[in-house]
Amino acid sequence: MVDQQFEPKIVGFLCRWCSYTGADLAGTSRMQYPPNLAAIRVMCSGRVDPTFVVKALQDGADGVLIAGCHPGDCHYSEGNYKAMRRYPMLLNLLDQFGIDRRRVRLEWISASEGEMFARVVSEFTQQLKTLGPLRWPHTIEQFCSPA
Amino acid sequence: MAKPKVAFYWCASCGGCEETIVDLAEDVLKVVEAVDIVLWPVALDYKLEHVKAWQPGEVTVAFINGTVRLSEQLEWVRLLREKCPFVIAFGSCAHLGGIPGLANATSRAEIFANKYHRSPTIDNPQKAVPLISSSVDGHHLDLPEFFKDAKPLDQVIPVDYYLPGCPPPPENVAAAFTAILENKLPPKCSVIGVDKALCESCPRNETKPDDFTITRFKRVATSTPDPEKCFLAEGFLCMGPATRGGCGERCIKGNMPCRGCFGPTPDTLDAGLKMISAIASHGEADTEEAAKAFADSLVDPLGTLYRFSLPASMLRRRAMAGAEQ
Amino acid sequence: MIQLTIDGKKVSVEPGQTVLDAAREGNIPIPTLCSHESLIPYGACRLCIVEVRHRNKTRLLASCTLPAAEGMEVTTNSEKVIRTRRMLAELLLARCPESKAIRNIAAQLGVEKTRFGKPHLKDNSAIVGTDGCILCGMCVRVCNDILKIGALGFEGRGASRRVVTPFEKPSEVCLSCGACSFVCPTGAIEHHRIRLHKPEPIPAEFEYGMVNRKPINIPFPQAVPRVPVIDPDTCMNFRTGGCKICEDNCGVHAIDHAQQEKIEQVEVGAIIVATGFELFDSRKLGRYGYGKLDNVLHALEFERMSHASGPTGGKILTKNGQPPKAVAILHCIGSRDENTNEYCSRVCCMYSLKFAHLVKEKTNAEVYNLYIDMRAFGKGYEEFYKRILGEGVHFIRGKCAEVTSAARTPEEKGKLIVVAEDTLLGMTRRLPVDMVILSAGLIPGKDSDKLGRILGISCSQGGFFLEKHPKLAPVDAINDGIFFAGACQGPKDIPDAVAQGAAAAAGALSLIDKGKVVLEPITAEIDEKRCAGCQLCVANCPYGAIEYNKEKKISIVTEELCKGCGTCVAGCPSGAARQKNFEDVQILAEIEGILTAS
Repeated sequence: MVDQQFEPKIVGFLCRWCSYTGADLAGTSRMQYPPNLAAIRVMCSGRVDPTFVVKALQDGADGVLIAGCHPGDCHYSEGNYKAMRRYPMLLNLLDQFGIDRRRVRLEWISASEGEMFARVVSEFTQQLKTLGPLRWPHTIEQFCSPA
Repeated sequence: MAKPKVAFYWCASCGGCEETIVDLAEDVLKVVEAVDIVLWPVALDYKLEHVKAWQPGEVTVAFINGTVRLSEQLEWVRLLREKCPFVIAFGSCAHLGGIPGLANATSRAEIFANKYHRSPTIDNPQKAVPLISSSVDGHHLDLPEFFKDAKPLDQVIPVDYYLPGCPPPPENVAAAFTAILENKLPPKCSVIGVDKALCESCPRNETKPDDFTITRFKRVATSTPDPEKCFLAEGFLCMGPATRGGCGERCIKGNMPCRGCFGPTPDTLDAGLKMISAIASHGEADTEEAAKAFADSLVDPLGTLYRFSLPASMLRRRAMAGAEQ
Repeated sequence: MIQLTIDGKKVSVEPGQTVLDAAREGNIPIPTLCSHESLIPYGACRLCIVEVRHRNKTRLLASCTLPAAEGMEVTTNSEKVIRTRRMLAELLLARCPESKAIRNIAAQLGVEKTRFGKPHLKDNSAIVGTDGCILCGMCVRVCNDILKIGALGFEGRGASRRVVTPFEKPSEVCLSCGACSFVCPTGAIEHHRIRLHKPEPIPAEFEYGMVNRKPINIPFPQAVPRVPVIDPDTCMNFRTGGCKICEDNCGVHAIDHAQQEKIEQVEVGAIIVATGFELFDSRKLGRYGYGKLDNVLHALEFERMSHASGPTGGKILTKNGQPPKAVAILHCIGSRDENTNEYCSRVCCMYSLKFAHLVKEKTNAEVYNLYIDMRAFGKGYEEFYKRILGEGVHFIRGKCAEVTSAARTPEEKGKLIVVAEDTLLGMTRRLPVDMVILSAGLIPGKDSDKLGRILGISCSQGGFFLEKHPKLAPVDAINDGIFFAGACQGPKDIPDAVAQGAAAAAGALSLIDKGKVVLEPITAEIDEKRCAGCQLCVANCPYGAIEYNKEKKISIVTEELCKGCGTCVAGCPSGAARQKNFEDVQILAEIEGILTAS
């Protein structure tokens, strides 16, 4: 049952060379995609610390997108490989925290793939609508009243 | 001048921290000479009323160890906070949640089911679980509430200082006493330890190569680490790079990788996530499949990365449904 | 130097040179048949005899094998010499009465007829012509000594002596180079009898195979530098290690077969990428018959054909050498087509108009332009379109469906039939024409993705290089110091390419002028007070910018080497590494900001 009323919040960490430019292209090409993703520009997908991903989930994001250059195309030659290796380990950890691994996505989007960026955001938004809100309690008070 | 009064209290803990006081050996006599221990549940008889009768400030410092899991523990620590000018979170459990904090990876219902229903030594056909309040044949019994999750001390009361470690090294305890007695206190909320990670003082750090890759993680349960070489370079997950130093490298000397009882360094939010970030970079994987296989070789990442710090980590506990949420 | 006198003229030559060389040095004519600068003198034809004074006697000697000596006195035109040469010419003429070359040289010596009868010769028709071989052996020597092949040799003695291939069978080792027939002074070699394999023509790439080229050639008239290149795939030297005849012929000794391809490393501060485009391969659209039907040309083939320096000297001709009576120009081949390339190649409309004009001007043929939309957007372009309309060129709005040779009516017979829907008339048309020109689109170079990977630049949709910003930075690559010029960044015409090239040059010059590069202030740094020296960051750095300092027991970033990717910062387990302007606290605050705002 998909709650179409629910608008998921997505934080996107986009590498400055490929995916951010790809997102820009989607914009300049006037492509339509849901406005649910708020992008944070980082220099490289290798800069994305799993702490950022968890911080976003903890602070109320329903999903997180990490997007970088295609393997082999990294502007810094291998930063995206670092992201690629961190990602499954983070997912394994999120599994244990009971967070659906589909809420965190790693995608390779090149600077020319504006269309792919729009497609990824659309798909991801739709998927998060299916998964429903995460509502991770992010303060101790919210987490549980002591008593 | 009257000797300063000191209180010790334990919440959900194993008693290992108390053992540290005993481990002061001859120095314990100096402590006893310098201070009056007025509350020590593990060693002295005590009543709640006694503590309630204390004048505020009468007892200078309360050393509280253990994780807060019961309403009784909450009542006690709140009372001690009210009475004592200094509250010290003593040991990993009070500091970060510790081993009892790993219970946050499961739910209260699961814990009860395991303890009271599934345990092979329990005969419990009614499937009874402890209730906060129950009446049998006109007799009334109140039990402390078992909270939904375990919490380190600073999640329930303000804490002045932290003495990390499982258990805290006796030298650090002695240093803390000296600091209190000589009134040479560090800034509030300080963690008594080193601000750099453990690698700095690790005797094996020099053996670490400039570059190394890990194909698959090894476990000390199934393979024996080289007694000289850096654990990480050998493929054992060692929390040293992400863990505060100052513990005396006790585990390393026992040929055991650091398990993180001193908690994260001051500049990181979450040592477990930082460790993923650091160590995954060294994984030998150039395809998504290989990266997955590499990640899967780290068995139980949550238990490994948050062995002592789950309730103090960013996510704190496993997501729960319904009433457990 | 050696000094000698020839016909009373003092001549000096290098030691080791022959009297024939000396005579040529002194512009004194000596007739020869079997001399070639690449072959060692052999003295076979004897026509080069001269009279040499030795003490009080004179002797007749072949000048081609006679080494020049100090003080030598040589006469080339004495009575005795002329008489003897005439005798030689008569004897040659007796052997080869039909040979044009022999008759010519005999005539030059004043011999019209021979007094001798034709000797009885062994039939040699299997290898060389029945007439003409003077047994000078040039073919044998060139094949053996120069080309190092050895497909030919002499057989027999006296009147039976002749040039043959082994067992008188077409030679397997013959590489069909044709050097034997080239050097043969009498044109007696019938090459097809020698070779087993047919020679394969080497198509001239620049002329799209409409003509052939040699292994050594200047690739195209405007080549820079305008020097010949040797094609190692076809040059005989690269196949047999021999030949090098071109080396002997080059007056300035500029040819060096030992030259190897070199990879040179050049350190630069700016790079201009101007790798251009490739033409869409019209074979991919089989329905237009390119490569299957004669007289279906692609745009660049027609461009060469219509060019004055092209294979036909600028004449527009069909395969049978006749000017066409009707020509169809098909627009948008491999452009604006979802099955091939979606983009518009921008230049085809205008060059198609130019082609239409050229065909009209040079042949006055009927010209049909089959277009989707006319895009005459540049300065003066619309005016040119109007002019072409006025020249009587037919414009049919509709994309060609197919080009076929299957005629349905008598007037279609022998023609190419262009089938298309005329969308303005709303009917299908069949146009019988003699020539079809495919206005193929522009596609990116086939290895542009490889180059992009080397330079760290990416390709946009369609595969052309991606500029930093489509409006504000159309010349810059995403990486500082790399600029684009021309069609490698996207299809463009000459004025646009020139403009972009000038802009790229200006961009590169401004960097060179400054002499230094400004780094983005996003480098990583490591806090000494926090770094525990765990060294996990060292291998994280793809640039080797981080080093572990053993004395300080910390890792240190060399700022000049750091490119600011921040991978080490994310990977620092103790939070000691930071990235300027991308600090953890900044990013965390961004996350908070995003999530509290919405």
